[in-house]
Amino acid sequence: MFAWDLLANAVVAGLLLGGVYAAVSLGVSVIFGLLDIANIAQPAFLILGAYAAYVMYNAFGLDPILSGLLFTPVFYLVGAAVYRVYYGSFERRGEESLRGLVFFFGILFIIEVSLSLKFGVDYRLVQSGYVGKSIEVGGIGIAYRLLVPCLVGLAMTLALHLFLARTFYGRAIMAVSQDRLALRLMGANPVKIKTVAFGIGIAAASLAGALLITITPVIPSTDRDYIGRMFAITVLGGMGSIGGTLVAAIILGIAESLMSTFFGPSWAQAVSFGVLLAALAVRPAGLFGR
Amino acid sequence: MRQPWSRSIVRAVLVGALSVVVLLASAGTFVAQAADPIKIGFGMALTGGLSANGKPALLAVQIWKDDINKKGGLLGRPIDLVFYDDQTNPATVPGIYTKLLDVDKVNLIISGYGTNLIAPLLPIAMERKLTLMGMFGLANNEKYQYPNYFQIQPAGPDPQISTAIGFFELAAKQNPKPQTVALVGADAEYPQNALVGARELVKKFGFKTVYDKTYPPNTVDYTPIVRAIKATNADIVFVASYPPDSVGMLRAAHEVGLQPKIFGGGMVGLMFTTFLTSLGPMLNGVVNYDFWAPEPVFLAMPGIKEFLKEYQARAEKAGVDPLGYYLPPYSYALMQVLGQAVEGTKGLDQQKIADYIRANEFSTIVGKIKFGKNGEWATGRTLMVQYQKIQGTSIEQFRGPGKKVVLWPDEFKSGTIIYPYASALK
Repeated sequence: MFAWDLLANAVVAGLLLGGVYAAVSLGVSVIFGLLDIANIAQPAFLILGAYAAYVMYNAFGLDPILSGLLFTPVFYLVGAAVYRVYYGSFERRGEESLRGLVFFFGILFIIEVSLSLKFGVDYRLVQSGYVGKSIEVGGIGIAYRLLVPCLVGLAMTLALHLFLARTFYGRAIMAVSQDRLALRLMGANPVKIKTVAFGIGIAAASLAGALLITITPVIPSTDRDYIGRMFAITVLGGMGSIGGTLVAAIILGIAESLMSTFFGPSWAQAVSFGVLLAALAVRPAGLFGR
Repeated sequence: MRQPWSRSIVRAVLVGALSVVVLLASAGTFVAQAADPIKIGFGMALTGGLSANGKPALLAVQIWKDDINKKGGLLGRPIDLVFYDDQTNPATVPGIYTKLLDVDKVNLIISGYGTNLIAPLLPIAMERKLTLMGMFGLANNEKYQYPNYFQIQPAGPDPQISTAIGFFELAAKQNPKPQTVALVGADAEYPQNALVGARELVKKFGFKTVYDKTYPPNTVDYTPIVRAIKATNADIVFVASYPPDSVGMLRAAHEVGLQPKIFGGGMVGLMFTTFLTSLGPMLNGVVNYDFWAPEPVFLAMPGIKEFLKEYQARAEKAGVDPLGYYLPPYSYALMQVLGQAVEGTKGLDQQKIADYIRANEFSTIVGKIKFGKNGEWATGRTLMVQYQKIQGTSIEQFRGPGKKVVLWPDEFKSGTIIYPYASALK
């Protein structure tokens, strides 16, 4: 007899995982999807955010998600500064393609090595009050450790979507991704707009890092595990589509969860990336790409 | 005109002076050679996935070097360590050891930490006929049977079953005897080896396998896996995992309410201080492999207390595991074996050192070590411990006995199993 309860649990677990994946990928969606900047260092900022949450948890017992929120302005400024350096050194001179990539690789390694030097190479994790606990709704178990980050991920997605759709800066970011020259002719400064967008992308990564450390232990090199996932979700969702990022993240999450439950976890990632390839074969611009 | 005798005197003086100069020069060379350090080279995981163990291992090796140099070195020569970061990347190993041997001209080599990093090194050692001390590699030499390889993890003559043997032997002794088994592990070298051994033992003890699956190492959410295992109602759940998955599996087990009769087995990382002090009571009841525990029988071994005192004093500055109960004592013991072999053979001849290690028993801080035919310990000593009565997350409770109780083998037993798993959670 088919285990419907297992199916329901697997789908819910996939939804929760999808929410987390969405949070992790939002920054890439803004920076890579909208600004067309291949910021390879994005996962390093994710891990930097995780360490910031770890430090606050250890020093003050602060919940990682609260720490993540507190740190977003700091990471926004860091992101804005990184973009300014990138712009001044590469983009302005039209040398952003290869040299810019090397620049971001450099940042990734600097962050990794700095974290190793400061915190050592031990795994770091936080054990918030809700970790290890779950609720049961109609036979479906929901782990708080995944539920809370998922809800925050959904809130982040909604907030970013509203920001891009409803605010002046948001619309300007959408505009700069479509036609930089036209934006300049309208009297807006594309560099300023891109600085804001880049800062938002890095701030989103830092908050996602705080969510991540509640789910899994991290070491400085954990970032490498997420490079593939982040970019795959962004591409599957459609470059620059925030809603698409969420849908793609949920598809990957559910695919992984179903495979893990019914066919063996070994196939989970292979199948989810198979979904990516199949989707791109049908819609090369991604699910919601223009 | 000079007299013939005066010419002979001049010649004699010149020859004498030259002889003195040659003698002095050769004596100088001798003195210089005697003071030349013995270079020991290795790669080590100082960054990357295994660095949480690689760095403490390095610290232990450095402590051994300092201890030996304080005593005047080996063969009257100081020890010099030459090491590079292998970044936990097996692809870097051939380059590192080629440089160590051909450019740095090291006299001796040891391996870096871990099975995956030893695998590419063994063929190099075989090609150059070197003695190789292996640091915590599981079953690396099973295929090659290289006689000059010696491995310090106390896996014993049959390393593939070493992780699981105590676990299943304990399970088989329980009353009522558990019947069904779920096997799960990461798609990586160590977990795969451990699972092969576990499958063999499942047959041997007459259990029935109801779940046998693997997962990719960078899995984020383990709840679907644990839920699938729970659906099988397995009495025994054997997990072969690396540190992040160990945490993921344990947390998911608590969230899903997985409560088999015995849970654990080959979960790497649970013994690390950072996890002990983070997971705290969540560890209670888990039966897991280990190599060292702060129980009286181990603390009584000569030299261990002094080593741990020195290690713990230097650990914080080095940014490594503050207790150092897992790998560091064995890393130090590995160097003790090598050092005693150099002293025993009174030289650095690779073959003589290997012959000496093969033929002799060594006194180390982890006890007496004798190597068997395949370079593993002649008698295995992988422990099976159970986490018991952990309260809170204070590090102090883990310094002494009682929290990580040794259940197996009998000669090292320090307590009794709390069975079934659910009883230990109360």
